[in-house]
Amino acid sequence: MPVDYFSFFGLPRKLNLDIATLERGFYAMSRKLHPDLYAGRDSREQSWSLEQSSRLNDAYRILKDPIRRTEYLLKLEGVELEGQSKAGTEEARKTGEKKQIVPPDLLEEVFELNMQIEELRANKKMGEEDTSLIQELQQHKQALEQKVNDLFEELKRYWTEWDSAEESGNDVLRKSARDKMVDLLNRRSYIRNLVRDVNEVLGF
Amino acid sequence: MAVSDRIVGIDLGTTNSLVAFMQGESPVIIPGEDGANLVPSVVALDESDKVIVGNAARKYLIETPNRSVYSIKRLMGRGVEDIQEELKLFPFRLGEDLQTEEVLRIKLGKKTFTPPEISAFILRQLKHNADRFFGSPVTKAVITVPAYFNDAQRQATKDAGRIAGLEVVRLVNEPTAASLAYGLDKKQNGIVAVYDFGGGTFDISILRLHDGIFEVIATNGDTHLGGDDIDNLVIRIALDDVRGDLGIDFSRNGEVVAAIRKAVIEAKIALSSQQSAKLDIELPEGKRYQREITREQFEQLAAPVIDRTVAPCKQVLKDANLRPEQIDEVVLVGGSTRIPSVRILVERLFDRKPHTDVNPDEVVALGAAVQANILSGRSDATQDMLLLDVTPLSLGIEVAGGVTDKIILRNSTIPASATQHYTTQVDGQTNVAIHVLQGERELAKDCRSLARFDLKGVPPMTAGMPRIEVKFLIDANGILHVTAREQRSGKEAEIEVQPSYGLTDEQVESMILDSFDQAEEDLRQRQLIEARNEAQTILAALEKGKNSAAWDELTRDERQRVEELERVLRSSEKSDDYAEIRKAIDALNQGTMRLAELMMDSAVARALKGKSMDGADMGKGPEPPHPISKAEFE
Repeated sequence: MPVDYFSFFGLPRKLNLDIATLERGFYAMSRKLHPDLYAGRDSREQSWSLEQSSRLNDAYRILKDPIRRTEYLLKLEGVELEGQSKAGTEEARKTGEKKQIVPPDLLEEVFELNMQIEELRANKKMGEEDTSLIQELQQHKQALEQKVNDLFEELKRYWTEWDSAEESGNDVLRKSARDKMVDLLNRRSYIRNLVRDVNEVLGF
Repeated sequence: MAVSDRIVGIDLGTTNSLVAFMQGESPVIIPGEDGANLVPSVVALDESDKVIVGNAARKYLIETPNRSVYSIKRLMGRGVEDIQEELKLFPFRLGEDLQTEEVLRIKLGKKTFTPPEISAFILRQLKHNADRFFGSPVTKAVITVPAYFNDAQRQATKDAGRIAGLEVVRLVNEPTAASLAYGLDKKQNGIVAVYDFGGGTFDISILRLHDGIFEVIATNGDTHLGGDDIDNLVIRIALDDVRGDLGIDFSRNGEVVAAIRKAVIEAKIALSSQQSAKLDIELPEGKRYQREITREQFEQLAAPVIDRTVAPCKQVLKDANLRPEQIDEVVLVGGSTRIPSVRILVERLFDRKPHTDVNPDEVVALGAAVQANILSGRSDATQDMLLLDVTPLSLGIEVAGGVTDKIILRNSTIPASATQHYTTQVDGQTNVAIHVLQGERELAKDCRSLARFDLKGVPPMTAGMPRIEVKFLIDANGILHVTAREQRSGKEAEIEVQPSYGLTDEQVESMILDSFDQAEEDLRQRQLIEARNEAQTILAALEKGKNSAAWDELTRDERQRVEELERVLRSSEKSDDYAEIRKAIDALNQGTMRLAELMMDSAVARALKGKSMDGADMGKGPEPPHPISKAEFE
């Protein structure tokens, strides 16, 4: 098993991360590993460079993105997050897997939203345009997007919990921070799928 | 630098192609024999089926349109079903019985060629120009491609290089190459947008320049959008005009269409600096078509084409997560950016005056030369330069229900990789098929099919037991590589690739052989002639030297040695081995060093210290460019 992305950059498995430092590291390592520097070498060295630089780029891409960084760390911790893809969502909805359970605080909202989406779809089929319904949906969408932003702020608090647990080696706190993040990311992906549904029916 | 390490930069364009290299600290274009920097991307067969390329081929477009082809780049890496639009607008003549997903074949006279072969003819002309310039063969090149080219189009370009006898050390995206040439000059940090609107393709790239690192943040484009499309609109109007006036439809008459096209292009170019231009075209039976076209009319006509560049520009800003005012510079590349309304559009989109002091026709080739220099070990000018490019399109695989599962997202820095796990569905199953796609759409059928991979030799196990790890890797050329391993047995699975719309390795090999014999023979012949000419020159010079007073100043030993070397050259000159002749020339040159010195008065001798016979007053060896045979291939 090759080293994980954190170790690749010589970083501890912490989630609060200084992006400027990460970027400097990325540029410095690019100057050592990029295939351009191995164009005149033998094929063994070239494939080494290809392997290493693709790993560097993959690692940088994941670590610099806050959500992907969190997901990656959770994966390293053995957590399987639910798929964010449309296909994944639909599959889960069809089979009724427990992971797609509506977050309890959203139950009422989601119920209403799905009704509206269905109504709009039906209207469209009839060739009608209900502007007030569209407006309501747009407001819903804005509220959901606000929720996604709020969740991100909440996530950052768990990062700090995780980081200090990681530092102190407290497994209980570690596990608690981990579970909170898993729950949050699942809620987040649920909401994002909803936004996607709304966008689709609104024709974005 | 060893000759074999020399790498040239090539811009293989839709309309024009160029070759450049780094001379000292700055890139320069290598001109052709006619002195022109641009080699029109036109290929024709003459009466004796000899391949003619470039300026010399242009007259065939009008005289024998069915034996000539232009804008072949539009067909690179494409299948017969996705060029139907192109076929309506361009006089491409397809070979018969083409199958779906098969590589295209284009008819020139009675022969047929694939698009990579036709591109290879252009590349070979450029290689020829470079060989001639350096006086020795060039074997390695960096070739530019539109940033938005997909895997199949890139692979086809690489194949073209191989067929032309060039090792393609790297494919570089055109706007990125342009930024290298631009950034080499400016040496400043900031965010640069490159708007590259050429003859057949459009790209928009946003880069961050940071202490010599050129990091592409996002790219977008359309590989079938360019000046060609504007020409076609004007040609259509001229044809309709003629039909209205004379009642004759010439749209099926290749000669007339080609003549109109030539006049339209000239008028388009004129309208970038004038307010009006005239179309004046001779038609069959002594008829004539004349029409005045104003810039305003032209721009109105071209607007729908030019406006198609807006959506990619907006998307690239969105992908880069930048607002127009965060862009520090906008650089214009490609001939179509000379159109005044294009410049106005760019100014509006990015809210600033675009940078216009680079030559939009040459900057891509110059940038390719900079990248070639970086790859061949750098010079002072490129010491700190490093290019970090991205893949323009997401890579995905087809999963249940015909849905695309994206595994490498667009605008990921390359090289990039992704790993996927597969298993079997039936007990004892030993093959697994993987369908690789490129594109942004949800459904597999809306994405570009790149290839179908067949994993073979999976050890027979209960269904679901094998765990096959497949690694997808996009290299620095933007080309996909796939490897697979069955993890329970540790066995490397064998992968059979069926590239969609591409040539197989065997096909490319045979094309190299077909054409190479010719090219190699051409080169060998030329080198032999050059070596013999040089031998003649030095022998004549020696004759002169022997009759001078200096000859008697040499010792007897020295004279004997020179005469021995002379005998060797005279006999090797008759052989067909140019290397042997060269060796003898060099030996005689060395051996006559002192004679040459003695022949000159002391002042000249000092100035020429170290020079040998052919540096003295007795004629000199040819310097590049050599006066050699015409740039044509058979």
